[in-house]
Amino acid sequence: MNRNDGAATSRPQRAAAAKTRKLHPLPLRIMHWTNAVAILIMIGSGWRIYNDEPLFGFLFFSETFSLGGDPIKSLQLHGNAGYAGAEQWHFLGMWILVINGLAYLAYGFFTGRFKRMLWPIRPSEVLATVRDALRFHLGHDDLTVYNAVQKTLYVGIITVVIIEVLAGLAIWKPVQFSTLAMLFYSFQGARYVHFFGMFAIVLFLIVHVALALLVPKTLVAMVSGGPQVEDAPENLAPTTPVVLATQTGD
Amino acid sequence: MSIRSPAPSRFRPTKPIDQSVLTNNKALLETIDRRGVLRGTLSLGALTFLTGCDITNAGAVQSVLTAVSAWNDGAQALLFGANHLAPTFSEAEVVKPPRYNGMFDVEDIKPVDGKTWKLELAGRISDKQPWTTQSFAGLPEQEVIIRHVCVEGWDYIGQWEGVNLRMFLEKVGADLSAKYVSFRCADDYYGSIDMATALHPQTILATKYAREPIADPFGFPLRLRTATKLGFKNPKWITAIEVTNEYPGGYWEDRGYNWFSGM
Repeated sequence: MNRNDGAATSRPQRAAAAKTRKLHPLPLRIMHWTNAVAILIMIGSGWRIYNDEPLFGFLFFSETFSLGGDPIKSLQLHGNAGYAGAEQWHFLGMWILVINGLAYLAYGFFTGRFKRMLWPIRPSEVLATVRDALRFHLGHDDLTVYNAVQKTLYVGIITVVIIEVLAGLAIWKPVQFSTLAMLFYSFQGARYVHFFGMFAIVLFLIVHVALALLVPKTLVAMVSGGPQVEDAPENLAPTTPVVLATQTGD
Repeated sequence: MSIRSPAPSRFRPTKPIDQSVLTNNKALLETIDRRGVLRGTLSLGALTFLTGCDITNAGAVQSVLTAVSAWNDGAQALLFGANHLAPTFSEAEVVKPPRYNGMFDVEDIKPVDGKTWKLELAGRISDKQPWTTQSFAGLPEQEVIIRHVCVEGWDYIGQWEGVNLRMFLEKVGADLSAKYVSFRCADDYYGSIDMATALHPQTILATKYAREPIADPFGFPLRLRTATKLGFKNPKWITAIEVTNEYPGGYWEDRGYNWFSGM
C-alpha cells in the first residue's frame, strides 16, 4: 500500500513524524457501545409494543426478553400489560439512537473513516470473499481492513437503521411528517417497514455478535481500541475534534 | 375478561359493570403506593438481560423514564404545526362502523340519555351556562375525514361532524391563552389536551359519524375529535369541559402513557 505517498510529497513534515492512532479511536468506541445499548432498548421495548397489536397473528414476543414491566402486575394496576412502560423506553431509546447515530454519521464522513473502511465495495470482491468463506479460507489476521462482505454488511446495516428511524418517525408523527409518512404508502405500511427493519437488525446482530465471539480479538479491539494504525491524512480519524483542527490547520 | 350471558342489545347491558373486584380488594387498592407500583412493574430480569448490568434502583430508572416522557411532551409541542393540516380522505374510504375501543367491553357501555344530558363548563370560561343537545343543534357543523390512530398501532379512516372547538371556545368566552383544555366524561374517563391542539383547525366537538348521530359506543352525544392526536386523547361521552392552567392529566396518562401523544 502506497496511498500515503501523495501526502508525503505535499507535506513532507508530516511524513517525517508519522503519528499512529488506534484502529477504533475512543469516540468511535463510545458511539459503538452507546448504539448497542440504544438498539437493545429499541428492540426490547419494540417487541412489547408489537404484542399490543401484532402484525402477524402467529408471532408474539416473550415478555421475559422485552422491556416494559411485569405484564400481570401492570394489567392489574395500570390497565395495560406494560405497553405504557414499553413506550416510555422506546421514546427514551429513540433519542439516544438518533443523537448518537447522527454523531456517528458525521464522524464517519468528516474523518474519512467511512471512505477508508467501508468504500468502495466491488461486486467481484464480494463474490471472492464469499467463495473464500465457503472454503474456510477467510483470513482475519488484519483487523484494520474489512473484507468486501463486511463492508456490504456494515453499509447495509447503517442503511437499514436509517430506514428504520424514518419509518419510526412516520409512525410517531404521521401528521406532522405527513409527506414522509406518504412514502410508506399507509400507516400500516410504515409499521410493516418498521417491523422488517427490526427483523433485519436482529439478523445482523446475531451474525455480528457470533462473528465477534468467533474472533474475540475484534471484540477486544472495540473495547480497548485495537492495533495501532498510521495516522496519515488519508487515514485521518482523530481522537478529538481539536486534533482534527490542528492537523488540517497548517 | 369474564364470560357473560348475552345481553338483549350489544350496547345496552341488563346489569351494570361488576364492581365486586373493587370492593373485594378495597384494602389493597387503598394501600397502592404509586412509586412502589412503578418500581414493582419494572421487569428487572429482562432489564438485566438487556443491559448486561444490575439495575438495583428501579425507582430511579422509572423517574428517568417519567422525566423523559415529560420532556417528550415539550419536544412534541415544538414539532406541532399550529396550522399544519392532517391528511384528509374521501368518503369512500370511511370505515362504518368505526372500530370500538375503551376501558371496558362494548357490551358494558352505559349509554348517555341525550334528553337529560348536559355539558358543564368550568375554569377560565366567562359564560359557564350548561349546554344541551339542542344548543349544539344550532351551531354550524364542520366535517373532517381523518385517520384515527390508536396508541396500540391500529388505524382507520373516520368521518366526523361537529362544531369546531376553537369556535366553541370563543363562543363561550374561554381564555385562549390558558394552557389546557380538560374533559370529564359520563363513564368517569377524563383527559386533557394542550391549547394549541384545541385551537387547531381540524379539532372538533363531534356529534355525528358518517352523517348520522354518533352511536353509543363511540361517544353519543358529544366527543372530542382531533386530527393530530392519538385515539385515547379524544374523550367520548363528554359531560364537562374546563379551561385551565393547572395540568389536568388524563386516565391513561396517569397510567404511564405519554400526555401529549401528538401525531
